[in-house]
Amino acid sequence: MLRMNWRFVFLFAGLVLVQVLILNNMMLGGYANPQLYILFVLMLPVNVPGWLLLASSFVLGLILDAFSDSMAIHAAATVFMAFCRPAMIRFVTGNTVMQGQEVPSFSVFGGFSLILYALALILLHHAVLFFLEIFHFAEFVQTLSRIVISAGLTLVFTIIGFALLERSFSN
Amino acid sequence: MRNLFRFIQRYHFFFLFLVFGTVAMALTASYQSDHRAFFIHSANAVSGKIYQAFDDVTAYLSLKQVNRQLLNDNTRLLNRQRENFVITDTDVFISADSIFQRRFSYMHARVINNSVTRRDNYLTLNKGLNHGVAPDMGVIAANGVVGIVRNVSANFSVAMSVLHSDMLVSVKIKKNDHIGSLHWEGNNYREAHMTYIPPHVELAMGDTIVTSGYSVVFPENILIGTIKDWEIRRGETFFTATIDLALDLNKISYAYIVKNLMQDEQKELELSVTSDI
Repeated sequence: MLRMNWRFVFLFAGLVLVQVLILNNMMLGGYANPQLYILFVLMLPVNVPGWLLLASSFVLGLILDAFSDSMAIHAAATVFMAFCRPAMIRFVTGNTVMQGQEVPSFSVFGGFSLILYALALILLHHAVLFFLEIFHFAEFVQTLSRIVISAGLTLVFTIIGFALLERSFSN
Repeated sequence: MRNLFRFIQRYHFFFLFLVFGTVAMALTASYQSDHRAFFIHSANAVSGKIYQAFDDVTAYLSLKQVNRQLLNDNTRLLNRQRENFVITDTDVFISADSIFQRRFSYMHARVINNSVTRRDNYLTLNKGLNHGVAPDMGVIAANGVVGIVRNVSANFSVAMSVLHSDMLVSVKIKKNDHIGSLHWEGNNYREAHMTYIPPHVELAMGDTIVTSGYSVVFPENILIGTIKDWEIRRGETFFTATIDLALDLNKISYAYIVKNLMQDEQKELELSVTSDI
């Protein structure tokens, strides 16, 4: 269990650095950024305590905000996404009783469920993020297209992340 | 009382979500009311250092382009120097003169973080309080306006980019001096819009747009870009022109911070007039 925790600490730091130093400087499709850092929230073990889930999401979001001068909108979006996570896990796994220790992955959830789980949470996260960013509902269509394009990009990166990390995070 | 505790314990996940969510929203709202008091920004010690360290590595990748840019700048400035001109009249005396009082001074800074993809974009510069940077100073590059400094720490500063929804720059059409204001409507980072051009003004494609010098932040005649298209929008009585920005903000690696030495004087004077009315 202890070794497990260290892996998540490294994942946290690694994702922050990759997001801030590489992905935030990427220009894909003109005005869309993949937000890979939320892979951390997606990959926490199924039975992670609620307080730890919310607190780590809040801190993660706030660090991203500090790096990208975006007020506290990443924090708000990530906390909201973390709040929806348990319900989403119950939904995609069809209330199957899980051992609890597992990390969401292809082998534990199955490919379709994992993608559905990731996509739903990514969309929720991006919706909060982009609407908070403009802080009003003007430019609605433009914001909607940003949400969809960015969510698509984030999903691709997240799936690659899941595939690469599958082995090192399975016990 | 015990029931209350049990209730909270039972739904602690929801209550914790409310707490974190409220804190995040309150932080976001507090930024809207007073951005200078806001403490989560990339000019702070940790993120500033990390950006600096990363920039030290990646700076090598753009050296070639930067060198060319600096050579261009240098050549242009050298051409302006007084030594380039032969003094033919030997009877002229040069003395300290109060007629030419310096109004703007410049210092260069490296852009260590930048974005163009968001609706509100910012740049982080590697000059701060220690170098004399203060909020409300302008940031320009060789061929365009970059932004305005907002937050400053000891060694870094964060500037609001021209690509920001709060940014308005006072500009004019170079050929006939008609003024208007420039803002960015999102989408394409190479294009901005100039509004409030009276409908009798004759516009042409390719007309040069420069800063008007009416603001207290930027000097006059800094290049902005050229007119690409114009229209009278529904419900408006003036032209809105689409401007091709001369400066590619996605490629910028060096910028100049402009200090207006008479900014406070002008602001105070202008304020005193409006408060009298």
